[in-house]
Amino acid sequence: MASLNVLIAVCLSYVAVLFTVAFMAERVAMRGQAHWLRSPLVYTLSLSIYCTAWTFYGAVGYAARSGLEYLTIYIGPSLVMIGWLWLVRKMVRIGRSQRITSIADLISSRYGKSNALGVCVTLLAVIGTTPYIALQLQSVVESFSIFAAEPGFRPRPEENVSTALWVAAGLAFFTVLFGTRNLDVNERHHGVVMAIAVEAVVKLIALLAVGIFVVWGVGGGLAATMERIDASSLGYWHTDGSRWGGLIFLSAAAFLCLPRMFQVLVVENDMEAHLRTASWAFPAYLMLMSLFVVPIAVVGLDLMPAGSNPDLFVLTVPLSQGRDGLAMLSFLGGFSSATSMVIVASIALSTMVSNHIVMPIWLRLTGDGASISGDVRHVVMLARRVSIVGVVLLGYVYYRISGGGTALAAIGLISFSGVAQFLPVLVGGILWRGATRIGAFAGLGVGAVMWFWCLFLPSFGADVILSAGVLAEGPFGVSWLRPHGLFGLDGVDPLVHGVFWSMLFNAGAFFVVSIFTFPSPMERLQGAQFVNVFNHSRAPQGWQGGRAQAEDLMIMAQRILGPSDAQALFHDEARRQGLAGYLPDPTADFLQRLERELAGSVGAATAHAMVGQIVGGTGVSVQELMAVADESAQMMEYSSQLEAKSEELTRTARQLREVNEKLTQISVQKDAFLSQISHELRTPMTSVRAFSEILRDTDGLTPEERGRYASIIHDEAIRLTRLLDDLLDLSVLENGQVSLNFRRGTLEEALSHAVSAGRQGDRLAIRRDRGDELVEIETDMDRLSQVFINLIANAQKYCDAEAPVLRIVVRRRDGTVSVDFIDNGSGVEQDMQGLIFEKFSRVGHHKAGGAGLGLAICREIMARLGGTITYLPGQGGAAFRVTLPDRSAMAAQ
Amino acid sequence: MPDAPGPLFYERRTYRRRRLADLSRLLPVAGLILMLVPLFWGDSSGSTVPMSLAILYIFGLWFALVIAGALLSLNRPEELIDPQAPRSPLPGEERR
Repeated sequence: MASLNVLIAVCLSYVAVLFTVAFMAERVAMRGQAHWLRSPLVYTLSLSIYCTAWTFYGAVGYAARSGLEYLTIYIGPSLVMIGWLWLVRKMVRIGRSQRITSIADLISSRYGKSNALGVCVTLLAVIGTTPYIALQLQSVVESFSIFAAEPGFRPRPEENVSTALWVAAGLAFFTVLFGTRNLDVNERHHGVVMAIAVEAVVKLIALLAVGIFVVWGVGGGLAATMERIDASSLGYWHTDGSRWGGLIFLSAAAFLCLPRMFQVLVVENDMEAHLRTASWAFPAYLMLMSLFVVPIAVVGLDLMPAGSNPDLFVLTVPLSQGRDGLAMLSFLGGFSSATSMVIVASIALSTMVSNHIVMPIWLRLTGDGASISGDVRHVVMLARRVSIVGVVLLGYVYYRISGGGTALAAIGLISFSGVAQFLPVLVGGILWRGATRIGAFAGLGVGAVMWFWCLFLPSFGADVILSAGVLAEGPFGVSWLRPHGLFGLDGVDPLVHGVFWSMLFNAGAFFVVSIFTFPSPMERLQGAQFVNVFNHSRAPQGWQGGRAQAEDLMIMAQRILGPSDAQALFHDEARRQGLAGYLPDPTADFLQRLERELAGSVGAATAHAMVGQIVGGTGVSVQELMAVADESAQMMEYSSQLEAKSEELTRTARQLREVNEKLTQISVQKDAFLSQISHELRTPMTSVRAFSEILRDTDGLTPEERGRYASIIHDEAIRLTRLLDDLLDLSVLENGQVSLNFRRGTLEEALSHAVSAGRQGDRLAIRRDRGDELVEIETDMDRLSQVFINLIANAQKYCDAEAPVLRIVVRRRDGTVSVDFIDNGSGVEQDMQGLIFEKFSRVGHHKAGGAGLGLAICREIMARLGGTITYLPGQGGAAFRVTLPDRSAMAAQ
Repeated sequence: MPDAPGPLFYERRTYRRRRLADLSRLLPVAGLILMLVPLFWGDSSGSTVPMSLAILYIFGLWFALVIAGALLSLNRPEELIDPQAPRSPLPGEERR
């Protein structure tokens, strides 16, 4: 028998392989080569977390006890997937178009972004999932103890406990490491998904290997095994009809409602087309998983001594035949099933807990939500990480308290029936526009209470929570309230009984209350969007924009999405609206888009609240209500056309006004140009003339005096030359006659050169990250340095902070390199921002004089180099962004 | 919101393909009904259906459903119901 040490070594190296796989997948995805990571095969395999340790070990035990009934658990989901066109496709489409982060988010979003509903769903999901996580820990511990049960060595209970603790800690670590890499849940967890896909293959191969060994190695071939099955105690079909039908329904419902299934099915879905493959490949996977279960059970019952635990036949049968290697593989299969379930379940639950419970509380505690200081991202991230650890810990605690007995094994179906309570609200929400929030509360509430009474509380056994008296007689002797005989319905299987009543009352309350209540405007809007997700290419507007300050929005967005993503979003939107720079008009469209982006990180309800705080009035207008009503569709069409036209006119007007303003200012500048240039030329000229006259006309000058006067003339001549050089440079650049000297180099080279040339004295502190700067570029290095020198010198001249600091940040994004120069001064006022790149424009009347040509030259140079230089607002100081074009970065690779 | 007005009749080829989409919607319903056939086999008291036959029936049906699902999914049924469905950008998967 394999020693425990070998087992631990194999187990640890398997875990190491999983870490490597996840790590490599993340690396590949980061390099943008995730093409093959997004194959439909990986998607299908990731769905296999449906098969947990409860499947891997439990199915054989289930078959040994109840024959073919175990198949219901896999037939239900198979039918759901084969019927993907009915429901699953709609869920995925809604999930993608509304940037849904979890099942709680979907339900809360559908019913008017109600966070209270999200909290209810989250709590119910946590209660339903915790025992299931405990079950996984138990399976790992028990399979360990099978190997540890060598002669003369009995595992002590505290060792089991410490195994469970180690497994839980390892899982939490893995999940935190790979599950919270990016904040936006809609960005895929490539590492996790890839590791799960590998685990899916391992568990399938393991179970098939044991099955093939049992049929052909022990049973003596297919026909002989079939005979053996017929001759065994499982020889005839003996499944209770109500359980057969009821469990198919229950497993189908749970497949749609389990938080972890929702995570892989909807949230991690990359492409709707993958569903098409998964629609038949996933049922095939389930079929293969359950194919050899009965043979293993029958052979196990034959071979193993009476009274041995059928749940562990997958391990004990190979071991009893001396097949240590096979047993080891089978152990890894069980380990894979348990770990992948815990990982995904804790990611899914942590997203729900942090978005619907932690974040709203935190936002309320910090007062004015959106305008909080600091980066919100790390708060969300921390909340998510703590929630992951919390969820896994909760599973561990449950395992400790329940003592890991057989009571735990029965919890699988109880857990299924708990999450199945979401089904009416979920399906009703996406198929029926009449569903209301109050109705959803009623349905969920009634369903949850009945589930607690009929299924959850009795599952602990008599006299644990409910006394035997209550179970047999009902509370206070009211017999029609007995948990297993509600309303006098006796003689039915307790599970089917509980599922029937809870689903009936849940759906009934949901329907009736929905009929008699009236939805709020926001609910009606969301309802229309969800139910008609295939018709609506464009979402109706939820915001009356205009009052919002684009800069405030940008500051908030940067804190949640991170600076580069937020800037890219704003820049893109501004370009779409035909505006230059980073500040788009806060149109309703844009606010909608921004809110949806934020929802990907913090959930719909929180995102809605945050945007609402900045924008102000969150009312839904009459026009939008008209959008909800079918009968006024034409009217809406017409009015939305008008609205679009007027919006376009407003935008054009703003563009025209901007251009006009600029033209006026430029014309004033042109006038100023002549007087400026004559002034600039005249001042040095005057002193040149005066001192040369002195030199010519005055006799008896001492050599010192002559030298001094001559050097003044010389200095002034140099100043003149520099001014003329600048003017010449500018005109050459503007006429495009400049010849560029392209060569290769690194950004670091150019920046270092610029820093040493542009900085005088130590007053200005410069912060750089040389690691980021090691970007190879091919450009005119001297010209680029000239731009950098100019920006550094400007910061030196104009930064008015006590202790001026200039940050230089290099970013690569989609093959573009951007270099930001951000100082901590008071920045450039908004009305000047459009002007600073013009000739002879000087900000204010600063003491530090200059001709005002520097930035104009920079802009021309960057245009010649094929890049841009822009002013970056909202950075807490003057900030300039130099962007280098794709090809100079790409050519270097 | 009402559907965009489409053509009243489709040409023969399109018509055929739309009926295939109907078929793929029907498939799970048929599968469910056939999966419920074991309800008629009686329970532990009076069943005469041997286990091997039950296994053959259920897994045979399951296998047939998988094959039918795979064949139907080749027709991209979602595009027939919803012409705006995003097309797969994977190379080599273009139709015709």
